[in-house]
Amino acid sequence: MNRVDERVEAGISAPAACAHCGLPVPAGLIDAGAPRQFCCEGCRAVYAVIHEHGLERYYALRATPAPAPARPSERRFAELDDPGFAMRACRRAPDGLLTTELYLEGVHCSACVWLVERLPRLLPGVAEARLDLPRAQVLVRWDPAVVSLSAVARQLGALGYAPHPARGAAAQAVRRREDRAMLARIGLAGAVAGNVMAIAFALYGGMFDGMEPEFAAFFRWASLAIALPSVVWGGGVFFRGAWTALRARALGMDLPISLGLLAGFLHGAVNTVRGTGEVYFDSVTALIFLLLCGRFLLRRQQRAAGDAAELAASLHPSSARLIEDGRAREVPLEALVPGLVVEVRAGDVVPADGVIVAGRSSVDVSLLWGEPLPQAVAPGDRVHAGTLNVASRLEVRVESTGEDTRVGRLMKLVEEHARRRAPIAALADRISGPFVAAVLVLAAATFLLWSRVDPARALDHAVALLIVTCPCALGLATPLALSAAIGQAARAGFLIKGGDVVESLTRPGRMWLDKTGTLTAGRAMLVRWSGDESVKPLVAAAEAHSSHPLARAFLGALGEPAGGPVQILETHGGGIEAEVGERRVVVGSPDFVASRAKTAPPDLAREVDALTGDGLTPVLAAVDGTVVAAAGFGDPLREDAQAALDRVRELGWRPGILSGDHPLVVAAVGRRLGLLPAESRGGVAPEDKLRAVTGAEGPVVMVGDGVNDAAALAAATVGIAVHGGAEAALAAADVFVTRPGVARIAELLDGSRRAMRVVRRNLAFSLAYNVAGVALAMSGVLNPLVAAILMPLSSLTVIASSYRARTFRPRTGEAAPCR
Amino acid sequence: MSVMFILLPVALLFSAAALAVFVWAARAGQFDDLETPGLRILHEEDTSLPPPPAPRPSRHGWPGAS
Repeated sequence: MNRVDERVEAGISAPAACAHCGLPVPAGLIDAGAPRQFCCEGCRAVYAVIHEHGLERYYALRATPAPAPARPSERRFAELDDPGFAMRACRRAPDGLLTTELYLEGVHCSACVWLVERLPRLLPGVAEARLDLPRAQVLVRWDPAVVSLSAVARQLGALGYAPHPARGAAAQAVRRREDRAMLARIGLAGAVAGNVMAIAFALYGGMFDGMEPEFAAFFRWASLAIALPSVVWGGGVFFRGAWTALRARALGMDLPISLGLLAGFLHGAVNTVRGTGEVYFDSVTALIFLLLCGRFLLRRQQRAAGDAAELAASLHPSSARLIEDGRAREVPLEALVPGLVVEVRAGDVVPADGVIVAGRSSVDVSLLWGEPLPQAVAPGDRVHAGTLNVASRLEVRVESTGEDTRVGRLMKLVEEHARRRAPIAALADRISGPFVAAVLVLAAATFLLWSRVDPARALDHAVALLIVTCPCALGLATPLALSAAIGQAARAGFLIKGGDVVESLTRPGRMWLDKTGTLTAGRAMLVRWSGDESVKPLVAAAEAHSSHPLARAFLGALGEPAGGPVQILETHGGGIEAEVGERRVVVGSPDFVASRAKTAPPDLAREVDALTGDGLTPVLAAVDGTVVAAAGFGDPLREDAQAALDRVRELGWRPGILSGDHPLVVAAVGRRLGLLPAESRGGVAPEDKLRAVTGAEGPVVMVGDGVNDAAALAAATVGIAVHGGAEAALAAADVFVTRPGVARIAELLDGSRRAMRVVRRNLAFSLAYNVAGVALAMSGVLNPLVAAILMPLSSLTVIASSYRARTFRPRTGEAAPCR
Repeated sequence: MSVMFILLPVALLFSAAALAVFVWAARAGQFDDLETPGLRILHEEDTSLPPPPAPRPSRHGWPGAS
């Protein structure tokens, strides 16, 4: 097996770099005579477009090579010219220009910004293209009289940035407005806090050196006047939150915050009017500013993760190719009805459930049902929407569409479970109840104690306690730590949709892993080769002429094909028979080869049985009538799977496999990973996955990538979608892991633990400050100056502790992942 | 020291003006995307090619907000 891996490595690491994407060019594609090498047709096409328009500066601007080869889109995007789409998604300016936003796949750096924004030069009629890089959205303004939106989309597609109409534009506009309003609010709170603090400095100076009463009164009235808008407009966020929570008979962090803010402000206002006593306006306004900042940061981080998932969700095909009068044209997906015949080209996703009427191909169903090997299909076979046609063109008669397809029914299950899940009370919210109770009891105690000692000062001291315990740092402790962690996580390749997810990941329970694509690579590979090494070039030469998926797996693993003329004698679903030079080569299933070979050594026959027993697909090769080699194909475990699973166990989780693949294969994988037979379940239908998740006791984490996992992902305590998965899985999951490999899951758990450790440390810090404040207030030595020093100090401690912490940050020496 | 009675309101007026500008900028979407404009400025135009049509920024920045 090791030998095969080395060969695979050797096949990939060729010296030449692709002229477009900079990735190594596979040995078979190197054209020695050409001035430039390309790793794939996609890169070649995009390079040609860029070259043709004189935009080579793109390559000079690009600091790092592209993270992936270009995939220019050849779709026609006719559905974008539909008047309905224009109504829904485009805005018309008074000068007749239309504006819309498109999501772009594959934009990743500054050079992409440059290239995309050169669109007006490439395409007359486009007035402006502005790319928003973090959101991967381009805003296009164009003249519909000169150019159509489909032409714009085709041009973007030709540059390698496949465009997709941005979904949920209305919801996005609402959120953008909310964000802007929040920012304006923070600006106000900040300006107020700064000015009140400046005035407070004068008052503190007066505390030591004395101040004429008319100035003191003027400064207090001025502070009151400035603080009022901040408390009403900025603090209103917390008052509303506390009120909503109270009406729902719940407690949250908003309640103690509101209590402290109101006590501080009203006390100050009364003292200002009375002209005697302390005012705490500087502490109150600084508090509002800091708390608003914390909220804003957390929301922004969570939203960024949500946006990325939404982007991925909008990448599914929204058109189909309808065959009418022998010609195919693109139509919106909604236009499909049962009985129509659609064309599915190689590389396309099947748009609807149906029966094949013409063409032979293989269909990749791994995202849907978890079987890694593509299935051969022929006329009369059924194909399902969402599966990928890998080999050649098919014509499919539509039987059901949209929500009536197998995928559509699954997605309905997903929606139901996403709605049903109860939110998890965050750690900070859980401690807020006892916190409020303790503060009120302490304030009452202070009042009672001091009313015996000095009745005139009793109320002052009680209010001072309420103010100084206002959980500023406590309110910041969780959001700051989590937003810093989520931000680091995003840079490390984990998109986390909420702070509560991080917390849930630290409470171990059951972890169900999908096999295909999660524990394994998700595609067929040559795992075992037994027999003569010298025939490999012959086999490779024969297989080079087959489009069967196993043939392609062969090619990557066998190295250079033998030279000389190759003549295909017979090719068939079961195998291929060819003449390579002088030799006659037969490669295929054991039955296919047995019927064409005269002699077969018995050890190779035993090997076929052994391969089948190990859950591998056996393939035999015969040369000149003698069986010479047996090869086993399978979907091998990722190298890091064992280590990652050990770490997951160490952290207290109980891992198990839920897979749609054959039970024998799953059992073999489970045995290798040291799982109990009951914990490696194969042949599991999507509904059964859902049942396994909902039926389990305690927290359940589901890790998967396919549509068949989506319902279980939505129902689990935390659903984790892994790299390369189906859009449905991304939308349903709470965490999206953008880099491949199951080791990422262990990293995610470790990072979450570190993040929660920071949260707890922050809470401990801020509680310690509160205890100190309570002690000062109860002993009657607290004054506004002490409060003004103590409270920001506690907040600064928490801020520093949050942003200094290393939670998800990749360790030094590890390359930073490309965005 | 009674100049304070004038100085303080004047200082506050300045703050209010600055705040008004900030609120306007926030509402107009100037802070929506803090990453791309910084990159855009690096791409000075080639003079050999015709300049792109002058972009006319709409009052509300991204039109989605208006």
